[in-house]
Amino acid sequence: MPQQPGDIAAERPRHGVVVRLTHWLTLVAFVGLVISGVEIVFSHPRFYLGETGNVNMKPLFTLPVASSRDTVPTAYKYILPDQNGWSRYLHFEAAWLLLFVGAVYVVSSWRSGRFRREIVPQRSERNWRSYWSVIGGYLRVTPRREESKTSYNVLQRTVYFAVIFVAFPLMIWTGLAMSPAFTAVAPWCPLIVGGRQTARTLHFFLTWGLVLFFFTHVVMVSTSGFVARMRGMITGGAGSVDAGADAVKEEA
Amino acid sequence: MKSFSRRRMLTAGIAAAAGAAGAIAAPKVVRRFGLGAPDCAGPYGAGEALTYAASRIIAPNAMAREFSRSWISKEPFANSLYGPIPAEFTKHKAESFVNWKIAVGGMVMHPTEFSVPDLKQMGRSSQITEVACEEGWSYIAEWIGTPLARVLQEVQPLAPARYLVYTSMRDGLWDSIDLHDARHPQTLLTWGMNDGDLPFGFGGPLRMRLPKQLGYRNVKYVHKMVFTDSLKGFGKGMGSANPEYGYSWYAGI
Repeated sequence: MPQQPGDIAAERPRHGVVVRLTHWLTLVAFVGLVISGVEIVFSHPRFYLGETGNVNMKPLFTLPVASSRDTVPTAYKYILPDQNGWSRYLHFEAAWLLLFVGAVYVVSSWRSGRFRREIVPQRSERNWRSYWSVIGGYLRVTPRREESKTSYNVLQRTVYFAVIFVAFPLMIWTGLAMSPAFTAVAPWCPLIVGGRQTARTLHFFLTWGLVLFFFTHVVMVSTSGFVARMRGMITGGAGSVDAGADAVKEEA
Repeated sequence: MKSFSRRRMLTAGIAAAAGAAGAIAAPKVVRRFGLGAPDCAGPYGAGEALTYAASRIIAPNAMAREFSRSWISKEPFANSLYGPIPAEFTKHKAESFVNWKIAVGGMVMHPTEFSVPDLKQMGRSSQITEVACEEGWSYIAEWIGTPLARVLQEVQPLAPARYLVYTSMRDGLWDSIDLHDARHPQTLLTWGMNDGDLPFGFGGPLRMRLPKQLGYRNVKYVHKMVFTDSLKGFGKGMGSANPEYGYSWYAGI
């Protein structure tokens, strides 16, 4: 049966199966890493610069929270329960998951040209005017341009690019820089970022960066047709994306 | 369109077959090369097994980072001790640990008791390395001790021995390492720190020092070591007291 060009476009899923699968597995790993990471921080809510740092040394800053260790001076009289055992088990297991899922995503996206097509900001848009135009559009809550249904704008591309190629790699890097075994193999790993404790501090700030991205991402998805976007990321969605987005727009 | 999907089917089929073959072969490979962690059952087992196997495969012989003398922390930190103190330990402490001995036995040719002076005579090695606690803090110190490899030469582990179980007298804390880690040149039975005796708070008179591992693996007040082919008979069989408190055995990453 001869296919019409329109049929092919309609059958093409919004997101391919690799993107859908790796997206949700990344979410699972990310949630596991954030929860366990927060738990681990409670055992030493102090941050330092350089190679070493402990309660006898002056911290760069201290979080205004209680600690799960009585050796850490805090403003609180109580000690939180120790949760580091399962937190550390979970942190490393989720990190392994993230590593495998990330590798599959990156290799697949590289080979299919997805990065060039969807993630790297388009050459014509690499200027301030394009960024301001997108930001202005978001601020004015103007109706989305037609192309936003099928292609990411320059701001989305920049953020996704930063998350995929800067934040997550740096997260893995600074995590490994804290490992006594890994740094034996790669002493340059903590050296480049300025020492083990600096790596830990960067790991902490990068977490905030990724958590900020996470919430922004959820808000943007929710305000641009939640059902359609979710369908796109779960089943692929295909042509029904537009219909769903329009339905939401009409309700709003 | 058709040939493209056929190629994809073929690729997916090969990938699935390779994955299935890998999954079947994996436990055999793990057993054959001793890559299995003793606490790799339960929900976090996969992560623990991967971490241990990766460290065995990637760099079993890598040396922990050593620092120059100027890096030694002026204010090192020693964790506090918890739990009841055994009478035997109190007695040793009152004697300033002059009669401290470490008994080495299990699957060895020559079970032996070593005093600290015995160990000092057998060999001296020093390293300026970082202690990294799982909580996040760290310090650098010079650690002076007898290479554990020297002790292995004396007692001669038997062929089936695969692990070394070591126990603290202070709190009954015990842990284990595989014989590869035991023979690592930086693995020390430490009796000195920063050009002096090993202070009590830091584990003196005798502490296991594994610079490639987290702090809690460096058990203080070691008085007993047992070579074994299996960790099943020790505690709950999870390799150390730590998994019984919910903590990872290897913690090697």
